[in-house]
Amino acid sequence: MSIARFWRETPRRYNLGGSKCTECGTIYFPPRAVCPACTRHRQSIEKMVPFQLSGSGEVLSYTVVHEAAEGFEMQVPYVIALVKTDEGPVLTGQVVDVEPDRVAIGLKVHATFRKLREEGKAGVIHYGYKFAPVDEPDRGPPSGPPAAAVPASSGARDRAPA
Amino acid sequence: MEAGIVSYGAYVPRYRITPGEIGKVWGSDGDSVGQGLNVRRKSVPAPDEDTITISTEALRIALARGGIDPQQIGAVYVGSESHPYAVKPTATVVAQAVGATPHLTAADFEFACKAGTAAVQTCLGLVGAGMVRYGVAIGTDTSQGAPGDALEYSASAGGAAFVIGRERVICSVERTVSYTTDTPDFWRREGQRYPSHSGRFTGEPAYFRHVAECARALFEASGTGPADYQHVVFHQPNGKFPLRVGKQLGFSEAQMRYGLVTPSIGNTYSAAALLGLANVLDHAGAGERILVVGYGSGAGSDAFDLRTTEALPAYERGAGRSVQYYLDHGVEIPYAVYAKYRGKIHMAEG
Repeated sequence: MSIARFWRETPRRYNLGGSKCTECGTIYFPPRAVCPACTRHRQSIEKMVPFQLSGSGEVLSYTVVHEAAEGFEMQVPYVIALVKTDEGPVLTGQVVDVEPDRVAIGLKVHATFRKLREEGKAGVIHYGYKFAPVDEPDRGPPSGPPAAAVPASSGARDRAPA
Repeated sequence: MEAGIVSYGAYVPRYRITPGEIGKVWGSDGDSVGQGLNVRRKSVPAPDEDTITISTEALRIALARGGIDPQQIGAVYVGSESHPYAVKPTATVVAQAVGATPHLTAADFEFACKAGTAAVQTCLGLVGAGMVRYGVAIGTDTSQGAPGDALEYSASAGGAAFVIGRERVICSVERTVSYTTDTPDFWRREGQRYPSHSGRFTGEPAYFRHVAECARALFEASGTGPADYQHVVFHQPNGKFPLRVGKQLGFSEAQMRYGLVTPSIGNTYSAAALLGLANVLDHAGAGERILVVGYGSGAGSDAFDLRTTEALPAYERGAGRSVQYYLDHGVEIPYAVYAKYRGKIHMAEG
């Protein structure tokens, strides 16, 4: 993937920045410019707003990968899951910090920030979301993306004086 | 000093390896080495973790706990000796990943193991001067010792993030002083994969002199002594040095109880003293006084005279794990897996 393309997708990869249709309330990830549910009557035009997912969800389905994709050789066997987020959208992502035989449909997970791949030894390093189980003892869920973060595409927010 | 700690977060990777397991590979009695260093296990980062991801996790926890709007952060400084890039800041990725960009200043700090405490001092200056509302100081490392070297038994990974501000301060900073000299005890030249050190020279003229002199300078400036502090945290390259310098200065092991985390997770370098402080704050009540003395080879120490406030007991720690969790948990891996995760195995060029 080109550096420019990855960079354009930074808001969603780093912070799960999606979009919400203010007409019907549907939440989308990745973000959409129009709402397919409302498009026929053009209600959603100019009514889509940025919306950040909380990062919480559960495993809808999963697979254990033994033949690694390029760049993932060190992590075999690893788990790729469909994660149904609390807000609705279903995301595909790796589940880390867990033995593959502990993963099950319904496992509660939360987004975590990890290295996705490196463009060789000299190239750029790509980062983004993966998921980790939340059922560890002695704690709440992992941190996930920041609650108040705003995707870069939405422009800078007004700042209070320092 | 008006500025203080508003929130904090800690993160340590999941994997652990024991000195005994490392010793088996090199024909050494690793258990004895571990006992000598007072290190039972050290943390190991997963292959998809580095200083950027660990810093981000720690800061996200700190922001969630403090309920801090990331857009109010005016500075992000990440102290580490294991930044993933030689050129391209760790701090920009971290700032973007917590939603703090674009209206802030950011930079990476480097001073061996005390880059994190230097970042705290810088934030105290910026916040105290009114230049920023919140300043973020992070100490994180994923350091490596050369295979078979003494450092390999302790060099580990972890991070701690501190948000410095003037509102809702949970731990005030009464004073900070530093002690710095040119001392060649430990270094890594540009392009070198592993650090070098001058053996026993890292002890007396380096760690012990700087930590002790810095602590004494703080006592003198504050008019305090060891008895005035409920807790003390020293930089902890192993579990032995901090106990020894603490004893030299007149502290009891009870005062060091929460501040010493290296025996369970190894030497997290830039994070070591800050994780010790995070563990103290996890356990402390209001009105308790804490002495923190960091150390970085090269060499220098930063000392902090801290006092927890009435806001600490109500401080919400719901997000993220306690430091104690990381000390008690972890998945032990064999040396072969550790070598794979840490890139010590030569792979085919793709």
